[in-house]
Amino acid sequence: MSAAPKIRPKYYDLNPAHLPPPGLVSILHRVSGALLFFPALPIALYILHVTLGSQEGYDRWAAFFSRPGVKLVVILAAWGYAHHFFAGIRYLLLDLHVGIAKAPARSSAVIVLVLGFLAALAFAWCIW
Amino acid sequence: MVKRYTKTPVGAHYGTGDWLLQRLTAVVMAVYTILLAIPLLVHRPYGYEMWKATFSYRWFQVATLLFVAALLYHAWVGMRDILMDYIKPTALRLAAQFAVGFVLLFYLVWTASILWGR
Repeated sequence: MSAAPKIRPKYYDLNPAHLPPPGLVSILHRVSGALLFFPALPIALYILHVTLGSQEGYDRWAAFFSRPGVKLVVILAAWGYAHHFFAGIRYLLLDLHVGIAKAPARSSAVIVLVLGFLAALAFAWCIW
Repeated sequence: MVKRYTKTPVGAHYGTGDWLLQRLTAVVMAVYTILLAIPLLVHRPYGYEMWKATFSYRWFQVATLLFVAALLYHAWVGMRDILMDYIKPTALRLAAQFAVGFVLLFYLVWTASILWGR
């Protein structure tokens, strides 16, 4: 055995666009979860606090939410929630060994990505 | 030479409990989302009076607190997983975990005060 181990090259392809669908669902599940914890959760609690607190607080936030830019951000947050929701249900099913083989796991990942996007669209249609 | 691993793996097994609770809390939140959050979004209680009335039903308050409590435990397990994956220095990781836990407890008290305080 040689004294110094040879440095082996690493080829990690970390480009999300090159990930297989289950990998993409996985990293988006993690990122959306972290973003829901911060900043989405404290902002949501603050809005609940203010809008339930007084008529003025409610009117202030209602006016703020009527801006298109704000609506866009809220739709993005809803997309994060929806993706986390559907990906989570997929993981619950995988835990129960439903669709655990490679091919169904791949197609369920694609379904999760599509459902998350469709839910965000439905949400957008609902609030616009 | 490869040394045989002779230690018996032991532990508090709290990982298994956390794993299971993360899933149970997920189910609680999913049920709340489907039964309460989505109908609320579709019906849209418009105006302060209606918004306030929605949150004055005792069952809705209890369900919302249950949702937030489930969310906080779920977030605790998830954030701890993320911190364990990316923050290697122990002191730094424990400090971050402490901060997350403290903030989550604060959110729980805050939620209760939003729902019942005032």
